[in-house]
Amino acid sequence: MCFPGLLVRPPEGGSREVRSAVRTGPERLQPGPSPRAWRSPLSLVGTEDALLQQLADSMLKEDCASELKVHLARSLPLPSNVNRPRIDLIVFVVNLHSKYSLRNVEESLHHVDTTFFLGKVGFLITGAGREGHCSIHRNTVVRLARTYRSPLLFCDLEVEGFRATVAQRLVRMLQICAGHVPGVSALNLLSLLRSSENPALEDV
Amino acid sequence: MDSYDTSESTPRHSASSRLKDYFIGATPLQKRLESVRKLTSFIPTPPRRKIPQCSQLQEDNDPQKVAFLLHKQWTLYSLTPLYKFSYTNLKEYSRLLSAFIAAEKQKGLAVEVGEDFNIKVTFSTLLGMKGTQRDSEAFLVQILSKSQLPYENREHKVLWTGWFCCIFGDSLLETVSEDFTCVPLFLANGAETNTAIVGTWFQKTFDCYFSPLAINAFNLSWMAAMWTACKMDQYMAATEFLWSVPCSPQSLDISYAIHPEDAKALWDSVHKTPGEVTQEEVDLFMDCLYSHFHRHFKIHLSATRLVRVSTSVASAHTDGKIKILCHKYLIGVLAYLTELAIFQID
Repeated sequence: MCFPGLLVRPPEGGSREVRSAVRTGPERLQPGPSPRAWRSPLSLVGTEDALLQQLADSMLKEDCASELKVHLARSLPLPSNVNRPRIDLIVFVVNLHSKYSLRNVEESLHHVDTTFFLGKVGFLITGAGREGHCSIHRNTVVRLARTYRSPLLFCDLEVEGFRATVAQRLVRMLQICAGHVPGVSALNLLSLLRSSENPALEDV
Repeated sequence: MDSYDTSESTPRHSASSRLKDYFIGATPLQKRLESVRKLTSFIPTPPRRKIPQCSQLQEDNDPQKVAFLLHKQWTLYSLTPLYKFSYTNLKEYSRLLSAFIAAEKQKGLAVEVGEDFNIKVTFSTLLGMKGTQRDSEAFLVQILSKSQLPYENREHKVLWTGWFCCIFGDSLLETVSEDFTCVPLFLANGAETNTAIVGTWFQKTFDCYFSPLAINAFNLSWMAAMWTACKMDQYMAATEFLWSVPCSPQSLDISYAIHPEDAKALWDSVHKTPGEVTQEEVDLFMDCLYSHFHRHFKIHLSATRLVRVSTSVASAHTDGKIKILCHKYLIGVLAYLTELAIFQID
């Protein structure tokens, strides 16, 4: 679903500026059209504030050649009155314990421009470890990721070790999506991730 | 472009045909391994399930005989298949288990303060508690206390009850060999210490493994939908849900009770396919409840955790506790629980 007035520039080659590692806090949902002039490197969208904050902290601890900026949001669209740098990667976080987080992500997805789905959107699923607390079936989120042709990562964000590992992966993905890794583009990464998926799941 | 497409599709096709050949000549163990590998989900979810109906086998069931199973709270466990269990040796098993319990009690592991009762254990089969003819017979274990005093009427007080059953357990039955008896669902009522002792004896004697069966929110919402869908002549209890909100310092519980006829009316408006329940219908049913609650209280129940569902048919708690209230749908409730148990074993 395209939003009017949007302009999202695809990543340029090595001519990007280094930004300082400044974290912005979560922003509440505001009514109004999406500004579409996002320019912050990575946006984590999800309802689990505490988990997102911890994940952002883990990511910022990572060693990265250029400096990293993480933006947290509860849902999209983002308010239009803030000056924001361009976003290179959006990661939607769904907690399997909460149907609300799934609904929230599903609605936010409608506000994302289609060009983002060429490798600049990912889904991160948390809560799979505690099976007794799950209210969403894993196949539901697998189907969601499949519908949007985007990579799906599972990680129990509550566990320190797993969180650090997925933070590393996200930083790496971000570097690729921002064009900092020569020879690999976001679209290349997308096709690499997809070919490793289990073919049997195609029927789901 | 065309050559690229064919080269991509051929490996996939040959892999699936290899898989089929593998299955045809496979031993039960290989079949099980393959089915476990294919199972990508960690909670079972066929897109549709049958609404519990009265099965013909159940008609043979004497309502009086199984009346003691109703209105009691059972703790659920899943049980792996029993090795070399025989229905003809039940008397022998009762003797062995009595001796074992007496020994354990003497060790001081389960000391009962007060009188020294003699413990008697009985094993008996429960006829008619199966889904299909292939299912193993259900059997019941009871620990009774025998009064030592001669002049008292030798009434046996039931201290502990546990029963094992298998309802529509075809997926498990296919994959085990002849020596094993599949009774994946175990229900226990009584003191926890007795459950532990009986469990230990079974594990030692039949090389099986018990594990507590928890029911997560996803399965509880399926149960709510399926039990609301059951046709009842009269409703004995309101349809109640209990959610737990994790917040500090103490978690908050939200209880939501609906008149059972209203719940049925809501279900009927959501229900499309006759005789079956689909995932979409369950989601829609629960979403209607959530949005109604949100409209009045501005709380998103979907962000909380469903812990208890109670209907006129049965009530279930996430810790693996169940109480069946309606004789008519006993088999239907047990069928779903068996499915969960089998899934947990896998």
